[in-house]
Amino acid sequence: MKQFYGIDLPNPLMLGTAQYPSPAILEQAFRDSGAGVATVSLRREGAGGGGQAFWQMVQSLGVHILPNTAGCHTVKEAVTTAHMAREVFDTKWIKLELIGHTDSLQPDVFGLVEAARILTDEGFEVFPYTTEDMIVADRLLDAGCRVLMPWGAPIGSGRGLNNAYALRAMRAAFPDVPLVIDAGIGLPSHAAHAMELGFDAVLLNSAVARAGDPVAMARAMMRAVEAGQLACAADPIEARDMAEASTPVIGKAFLS
Amino acid sequence: MKIVLNGGSRDVAATTLADLLDECGFSGRVATALNENFVPAASRADAALSDGDRIEVVAPMQGG
Repeated sequence: MKQFYGIDLPNPLMLGTAQYPSPAILEQAFRDSGAGVATVSLRREGAGGGGQAFWQMVQSLGVHILPNTAGCHTVKEAVTTAHMAREVFDTKWIKLELIGHTDSLQPDVFGLVEAARILTDEGFEVFPYTTEDMIVADRLLDAGCRVLMPWGAPIGSGRGLNNAYALRAMRAAFPDVPLVIDAGIGLPSHAAHAMELGFDAVLLNSAVARAGDPVAMARAMMRAVEAGQLACAADPIEARDMAEASTPVIGKAFLS
Repeated sequence: MKIVLNGGSRDVAATTLADLLDECGFSGRVATALNENFVPAASRADAALSDGDRIEVVAPMQGG
């Protein structure tokens, strides 16, 4: 498994921490699945200090923390949020989200590249939430990103890999860059598909958090990414249009 | 003076960002912005407040 900014991850599953029915179920989903990365966010704090309890629980999981800039629509907003996240979470990692379209939550790739350049120049280790566009990927790498996170489908849609062809092409074009499918995963089969294509990890949230049984779904997702990773390494056969007998013809008894 | 804290208007006695956090009962891991500009923790005591300032105080929250 490739390193992510010099870090070895225990497995290819990154889990979000939003939308779980309860903190206890969130915690159990992480512990049962063994996911090694947790995405987190920043939101306005009340005087009661609700964020502090959440932070203590996430820390107790012993996972790598990946703060995001979710909900940001401008370069300045995203950069300022990254500054705040670095201070609060004490990490250089930032999942850079810069939303360009309200309905699809498609990233504003122009602003994304601009923000990525600013942040990498300031020493951040940027995980950009991007599209599957190859030229944007090139620009993000030029801007200093060492990881790319193309979407599989719109955030929360659960549609899987909408453009597997382009994702396969991206994998082939950037063989040495850690690539993570971020967003759109709904089923373990989607996650396995991403890993079968040679992706290095899968980041998902809603598919687990909003499942009827989030803990079971987290376990299923872990098995799926591990199965897909194993399958990719095992050099799968090529698909064919026509049948090819698997049982040898030589030695078949002549019975007609 | 009157400021806007996390989107809500309020009157405060504090004259710096550090004092404001104390006055309003914030503790633990928070990050601050003054008029949409990040203010690091080490600079809060020097960040003077003015009438009408907009302050954001954020903390770790669930995210995807």
